Amino acid sequence: MMLSKDSKHDCIKLPLPQDVLFDSKLKKRNTLLIKGGHTTEILRLVGSLSGAYSPRHYVIADSDEMSANKINSFEFTRADRDSSPEYIKYYIHRIPRSREVQQPWLSTVFTTLRSMWLSFPLVQRIKPDLVLCNGPGTCIPICVSALLLGILGIKKVIIVYVESICRVETLSLSGKILLHLSDYFIVQWPALKEKYPKSVYLGRIV
Amino acid sequence: MKSAFVTVGTTSFDDLILCVSARENLQIFRSLGYNRLVLQIGRGKVVPEPFSTESFTLDVYRYKESLKEDLQQADLVISHAGAGSCLETLEKGKPLVVVVNEKLMNNHQLELAKQLYKEGYLFYCTCSTLPGLLQSMDLPTLKCYPPGQPEKFSAFLDKVVGLQK
Repeated sequence: MMLSKDSKHDCIKLPLPQDVLFDSKLKKRNTLLIKGGHTTEILRLVGSLSGAYSPRHYVIADSDEMSANKINSFEFTRADRDSSPEYIKYYIHRIPRSREVQQPWLSTVFTTLRSMWLSFPLVQRIKPDLVLCNGPGTCIPICVSALLLGILGIKKVIIVYVESICRVETLSLSGKILLHLSDYFIVQWPALKEKYPKSVYLGRIV
Repeated sequence: MKSAFVTVGTTSFDDLILCVSARENLQIFRSLGYNRLVLQIGRGKVVPEPFSTESFTLDVYRYKESLKEDLQQADLVISHAGAGSCLETLEKGKPLVVVVNEKLMNNHQLELAKQLYKEGYLFYCTCSTLPGLLQSMDLPTLKCYPPGQPEKFSAFLDKVVGLQK
């Protein structure tokens, strides 16, 4: 962790990950909104990105403690390793899952609407430049909210969906929906690229 | 000490936990030379009673901040078909048996397990076929899994957002 000297009080301040020192020399800052049902996969992808992708807002299901731990671990490790003078800022937001595993479809309609109700104000407040998602369920309300921001003329958000490496021959339900709503739809197996020529195939990226 | 690690990630997979902790299957592990079985049960409702005898130890827990240590110490990993668990295990070069949860919607997890099995990186089965597989499988025949290339993703994204021409 990097230390900063507080000249007023003549002591060393140890910053928490949520504190930020803005580097005014940074020309490009990309606010990144991340929603990953497959947390390990998405963190691999975020790990490959440069520091220009800051601040990072992670959206996870409120029942998902393991993902929060993984994200914190990832960000701490990265902050230690990063030799750049900028502090790396990230946030974790929680919204209810649109659908729990094996949840009946009728109640899914209501829980999805509830997720939408909570997602839009969040996305509206953050106004990300980029939404990166790869997971089941909860990413739909986030992406729809991001689209709405564009439709309402508030902000054009780039939506990038990375289909999970689990998907070899068929798309997930979220994938099928977001194939048409995303700006870039990335697949990791050639069979999917063949089936969906609109998609982007970069090989196995996680 | 030869140990096997069973992991279900953030999910609940009671059928698998019931299966591996059943007395006759603990016997199978014992007969294969394992003297430690670690169960990471996630959100599951089935919580087997941990025990420790002279010859065998059963450890049970829900979550840890990182499974790295348990993966590192394992001689065999038995996992649900979650991408995270599979990738972490394969990248550590550990022998992997993926157990598919037949109760999940559309059971798409079979696709990845089948593909990686086709390419020779792991074994896969269901809860009912797991005991048979454990006894018949030949672990040294598994191939080494090459890591993915996230740098291709970052190069692509940099172009998309205009950081790179």
